[in-house]
Amino acid sequence: MEKYKVVVIGGGPAGLAAALESFKSLDDKKVLIIERDKFLGGILNQCIHPGFGLHYFKEELTGPEYAHRFIEQVIESQIEYLTETHVIDITPEKEIVAVNKKGLKRIKTDAIVFAMGCRERTRGAIMTPGTRPAGIFTAGQAQRFINIEGYRIGKKAVIVGSGDIGLIMARRLTLEGIEVKAVVEIMPYSTGLRRNIVQCLDDFGIPLLLSHKVVKIHGKYRVEGVTIAKVDSQLQEIPSTERFIECDTVLFSVGLIPENELSKKAGVVLDSKTGGPVVDNTFSTSQKGIFACGNVLHVHDLVDNVTKEAQTAGRYAAIYSQYSELFENNIHINIVAKEGIRYVVPQKLNKNFVQPFVLRFRVDNFYKDAVVTISNAGKILIEIKKSILTPGEMEGIEISQKILSQLEFSNDIVVSLQNI
Amino acid sequence: MSRIYDVAVIGAGVVGMSILRELTRYRLKVCSLEKMEDVAEGASKANSAIVHAGYDPIEGTQKARFNVEGNNIFADICNELDVEYKIIGSLVVAFDDHEINVLEELLQRGKRNGVKGLEIKSQEWVFANEPNLSRNIKAALFAPYSGITNPYKLTVALFENAIQNGADVIFGFEVCKIEKDGDYFVVHSTDSRFIKTRVLINCAGVYADEISKLAGAKLFKIYPRRGQYYILDKPEKMPVTRVIFQVPTEKGKGILVAPTVDGNVLIGPNSEYIDDKDDTATTQKGLDEVFEKARKVLPNLSKRDVITIFSGIRATPDTHDFIIEEDEDVKNFINVAGIESPGLTASLAIGRYIAGLVSRKLNAKKNLNFNPYREDIKRFSKLSNEERERMIKLYPSFGNIVCRCELVSEYEIVEAIKRGARTIDGIKRRTRAGMGRCQGGFCLPRVMDILSRELKIDKTQITKFGKNSYILTEKRWED
Repeated sequence: MEKYKVVVIGGGPAGLAAALESFKSLDDKKVLIIERDKFLGGILNQCIHPGFGLHYFKEELTGPEYAHRFIEQVIESQIEYLTETHVIDITPEKEIVAVNKKGLKRIKTDAIVFAMGCRERTRGAIMTPGTRPAGIFTAGQAQRFINIEGYRIGKKAVIVGSGDIGLIMARRLTLEGIEVKAVVEIMPYSTGLRRNIVQCLDDFGIPLLLSHKVVKIHGKYRVEGVTIAKVDSQLQEIPSTERFIECDTVLFSVGLIPENELSKKAGVVLDSKTGGPVVDNTFSTSQKGIFACGNVLHVHDLVDNVTKEAQTAGRYAAIYSQYSELFENNIHINIVAKEGIRYVVPQKLNKNFVQPFVLRFRVDNFYKDAVVTISNAGKILIEIKKSILTPGEMEGIEISQKILSQLEFSNDIVVSLQNI
Repeated sequence: MSRIYDVAVIGAGVVGMSILRELTRYRLKVCSLEKMEDVAEGASKANSAIVHAGYDPIEGTQKARFNVEGNNIFADICNELDVEYKIIGSLVVAFDDHEINVLEELLQRGKRNGVKGLEIKSQEWVFANEPNLSRNIKAALFAPYSGITNPYKLTVALFENAIQNGADVIFGFEVCKIEKDGDYFVVHSTDSRFIKTRVLINCAGVYADEISKLAGAKLFKIYPRRGQYYILDKPEKMPVTRVIFQVPTEKGKGILVAPTVDGNVLIGPNSEYIDDKDDTATTQKGLDEVFEKARKVLPNLSKRDVITIFSGIRATPDTHDFIIEEDEDVKNFINVAGIESPGLTASLAIGRYIAGLVSRKLNAKKNLNFNPYREDIKRFSKLSNEERERMIKLYPSFGNIVCRCELVSEYEIVEAIKRGARTIDGIKRRTRAGMGRCQGGFCLPRVMDILSRELKIDKTQITKFGKNSYILTEKRWED
């Protein structure tokens, strides 16, 4: 059985950054990346639009360019990687069983980093009624067919969901000569970035229909159209607001779900809000020596944040693999999301590693002029005023050494939202 | 094209394929005519997948007879064909005294139909054995020999075995005219092909009334009756371990909650008469009705676990019973029509019965080469690691996982194509690629790569399920 110090599962942006950071921190540089696809880079390979790297590299890159910078470093460092290799099992003893065309591989490692990313929610998951003809895609499928394989997927499309991916695909389809009839959003607001609404919809005259949903898909063999309707504040269809839109293609861009099937097999405790593992500030999961980062942990808006988070996870994985005794007597305090906050990551602070970290969170609704507070033992540690907060935008607050020094470790850290 | 057969079966659903396979036990030249590009494209792909015990149908009916006979032989045939079949038992749950009386009626009827092992169980028994069920349940009828299977895989297996034993299946053959030429029927398709056959069997599902009319045979009416379903993601622990029915009404057996043989949870169906025989749309109203009624039985049901929704159409005859008979006026024309529930259960017994009838009629000799066994594709997901390693040594593509939700390998997809899959849905039904929680989000492009390579066709020619169901519309650039 081959032995490694750190094995990273997933060769997308999170996996690449975690592997590089582990590699740097290790004396015995036995790091392995296991990737399912033919190439490293993950979904970034099909995101050929610009806008990546503004924070991390201070320049605007496409997805493949962003990924390439890390892939180059991985190759230069001679970090080992396997592609077209699928992990089928992980034991709590950190034995990994992976499979590829050469056979089954059993790997023993001191630490594991989960970086498996996420999958898309589908039409079935949101239970959109109607028939099931050809011409119904997730945004990611469409992106792959168009950007990587060079096919046109239809002539007239309706896009469901106005998050960044939906918006970007509206522009992409238009540039490919596919008429986008509308972007349909069930919420009264878009969860996409303002700049994407302007650059992807407004600039091309594509209507954004807020508080609308597709109530029926029509068509026997290929999509023939959709019926849309307005919804009320309970997201229920308002009678007699139905309207038919003729189209041959429907794209669903209705959210992402962290891909945690392996985490479940490994016995990792998951957070019902994020869909990813519960982690502490070392990005350690409930299973000792298993770390998690990137979209498998919680779905990010910006790859730049994924990279930073993955670097921390990779570094602690390397520390664990060399000095696991440091993690022996972990004492945690909980970091709890209260009023207005949907979730926080990390969900715990490890008393053995009281180091500055970024607390990331999402709010549960659209808020104007609100204050985010972080408190502990009835004492407010941080107060930050925000003019706008939306569930679509992940927030981050730096927890500095100074704040950490004021903590009372017998109490939870509470993150909440107050109106001004 | 002209081919001459002893027997032709119209419709390649589970009933048609069962008859076809049973006919290959005799020295007869037989074929099936199917208007779609694959088998199981109608009711056989979208139903509750239940093998019923036989207490529902009224005694003396064809339904009662073939239900009980079908249940008795189901395990053996699934065993021959390497198809999943699990006898898990069923409960009909009653919420009040009136419903308990119905259970008593079902019990008596079941006994008269010859169903074994029926028992009315107390509330305590129900909660001890199915702890997630509603506390409002007062009693339940337990049928130990109810089972679950995979209806489209069964149809595929019957098809493969019939082909192995010498039958033909002609796809894309939409019957539009039936004439008589001496002892033969001449059966024409919309694309001007025709075949000749001595015996013609009508298994055309919801269209069986129209086929009977085309043949100049008995007039009856098939009413399409739609049922909607939810499929839930594979739970870590099944919320129910048996098929849970509610007390039947005049509209049918009502909403059930059941495990599937693949480890998912199935909920449905409701029942509504519709105008269009092909209208397999789901509706908000129908879906809401199904979920609400299922929740009555299983209060903790969550929509968060839904991975897909679908509907199926029952072929409900105006005669209120299966129509299984040679026509009085048109000799050698046999209707096998109105096969609604318990049609899946009955299908295997109907196959035997019809093949027996036809062989006697044609004085056919036994086919001594008949091989009842068919082996399923080797499934990565079902093997031990040692067996996987052995398979990968023989077939490296067995180590290439294409569908990650269901752990389907490239080998399985290639094998499905070799055995007749031509479409995305054909591969999905044979291998489960695309049936998992991501519903093909990841594997659809990969399955298309393999289809394109194996069939040597451009990806723009690949359809979801035949005709105009193209996935891609145009190639924009060459690699």
